[in-house]
Amino acid sequence: MRKRKLTDWGLKGWLYLLPAILFLGFFMVYPLLDVFIYSFEEGYNSASQTYYGVGWYNYSYILHDPYFLQAVKNTFILVMITVPLSTGIALLISVALSSIKTLRELFQTIYFLPYVTNTLAVGLVFMILFQKTAYTDGLVNLFINWFGGSSVDFIDGPYSAKMFVLCFYTIWVVMPFKILILTSALSSVNQVYYNAARVDGTSKIRTFMRITLPMISPMIFYLVITGFIGAFKAYSDAVALFGTNLNAAEMNTIVGYVYDMLYGDSGGYPSYASAAAIILFSIVLTITCINLLMSQKKVHY
Amino acid sequence: MEVILRNLTKRFPSRDRKKREDVIAVDDFNFQIPDGRLIGLLGPSGCGKSTTLNLISGLLKPTSGRIFFGEDDVTDLPPENRGIGLVFQNYALYPHLTVRQNILFPLQNLKGKDKLSKSEMLSKANEAAKLVQIDDLMDRKPAELSGGQQQRVAIARALVKMPRVLLLDEPLSNLDARLRLQTREEIRRIQRKTGITTIFVTHDQEEAMSISDMIVVMKDGVVQQIGKPQEVYDNPENMFVARFLGTPPINLFVGQVKDNQLYIGKDAVLRLKGIGNQEVLVGIRPEGFILQEDGPLCCTLSGVEVMGRDTSVVSQNEASLNQTIRAIVGTEHLVMETKVRFALKPHKVFLFNRETEKRIDFEVEA
Repeated sequence: MRKRKLTDWGLKGWLYLLPAILFLGFFMVYPLLDVFIYSFEEGYNSASQTYYGVGWYNYSYILHDPYFLQAVKNTFILVMITVPLSTGIALLISVALSSIKTLRELFQTIYFLPYVTNTLAVGLVFMILFQKTAYTDGLVNLFINWFGGSSVDFIDGPYSAKMFVLCFYTIWVVMPFKILILTSALSSVNQVYYNAARVDGTSKIRTFMRITLPMISPMIFYLVITGFIGAFKAYSDAVALFGTNLNAAEMNTIVGYVYDMLYGDSGGYPSYASAAAIILFSIVLTITCINLLMSQKKVHY
Repeated sequence: MEVILRNLTKRFPSRDRKKREDVIAVDDFNFQIPDGRLIGLLGPSGCGKSTTLNLISGLLKPTSGRIFFGEDDVTDLPPENRGIGLVFQNYALYPHLTVRQNILFPLQNLKGKDKLSKSEMLSKANEAAKLVQIDDLMDRKPAELSGGQQQRVAIARALVKMPRVLLLDEPLSNLDARLRLQTREEIRRIQRKTGITTIFVTHDQEEAMSISDMIVVMKDGVVQQIGKPQEVYDNPENMFVARFLGTPPINLFVGQVKDNQLYIGKDAVLRLKGIGNQEVLVGIRPEGFILQEDGPLCCTLSGVEVMGRDTSVVSQNEASLNQTIRAIVGTEHLVMETKVRFALKPHKVFLFNRETEKRIDFEVEA
């Protein structure tokens, strides 16, 4: 029998891959697996590193926890409202931006400002706009009063008012990036298609629906997917507006719940946190798969 | 449909701020294009031929001058109301639509009394597709077609709404040599069959000569000559036209007329009538040379090239403005020596003024 050389096993190839495998394995695969394992360890104690048994208890606990259910509900409302709205509005603004010539750069800069502004600083501005204190009702309430409405407490008031502020804030924060991507996508559509459409007497709306939209559809799709993922992972926005005690404010998100379970006042439960994280992971995975399936007919590469 | 261009002028503001002068892309273009003809707009790049086409299509507005389609003044009409079909240089087929959807697209835009039913649209699209012989490719996307097929789809899309005028911008420039020959015959065939007045832009003189009923030669925005291809070739009005038409290109010499004799260098090559003594430029078509042992024009031989049916004798002469002189001759009796002597065919010889480069007429003394 022939003597096997090192290369026969592909060892040389594996050697080349080793740095990447080590790196990815250590920082990506291992943590994911670890979280998965944690989520099944019942009564895990991080100090003594012990647990009682293995099973579905952690999942059962958080699925019966009203705070978690509230967080799931909040997250879903946030996602379903902000992703379509922000993408739609960003598209409108980008189309408007690319159809004007004068002051375009000025407007582009203005629209891009929120992107380079710190989340908490923006949160402060929103507080000023919306918060009702002993001294003032806030700028927005001033307008509402002007038009004959009565003041609403957006920060400590009814659920719908708080959700409105959170959605408004999220849309405002994610918009600049979307506008940036969409304006560049719009400008990359070859002018010759518009000329061809013009010669054929195509109306503006039809040109947009039948030519512009399909041509920038890959970019829109990219924005929707990343928008969904980003919105599902929302946390800092809620903190910026409503402070760290989100459960009390009924404004917690899934990621916020995970954080609270780890480090919050009621924290110290990595197993519950892991279970919540795995549930979030499967939700995002499912939504992304649905997106991919739906996009196959609508997106033209 | 007759197309009439009257004093058509287009200026573009100069990009260079120091130079305030406008760029004149088309300068005072006058032309009456007869109905149902195939017209070639011909010229080197940057001569304003595409601008002219865009003015006719309405994608550009003229600085001054009027455009008429028959009786109608269309100068101020937007492109969609002019009833034109335009085939773009890179075809501009919508990549996300199938061939059928591409051809249907202009029909679906029709509104009001022109609106067609679904089945009418489909039958019109099929008709147009049949005309350009792509009816078996209707469900493909443009990316799945060859260049020639894309070209046909673009023509079908332009023809489907039965335009009054069909405009083609460099229709063959994206095709390989063989396909180009085939497609230009195709364009000719389609134009004949539909009888639509067609204007196409090209920088390839051979292309324009081969299929056009008339050609318009342009240079720097100014029309140089308009006429039937063969007439323009046989009777160029100036040196630019003479040089631009014909492959191999015309041979140019410095020469002079003295005592009714045309001299190239020291050789007296032709006896002329009705022309005073002057310095001239002499253009001789490659087919205007006859190999003759006692011919008057003496040149230094540098080689003989046989290309298929043509044999060209390549030679040099001190008076020549081209590096080499190319003469296309019959293949018979080729004697290789260091010197060759030519006689000239008088109707293939043109004289031009040295300053203005305008053609100088002359008669040949028998």
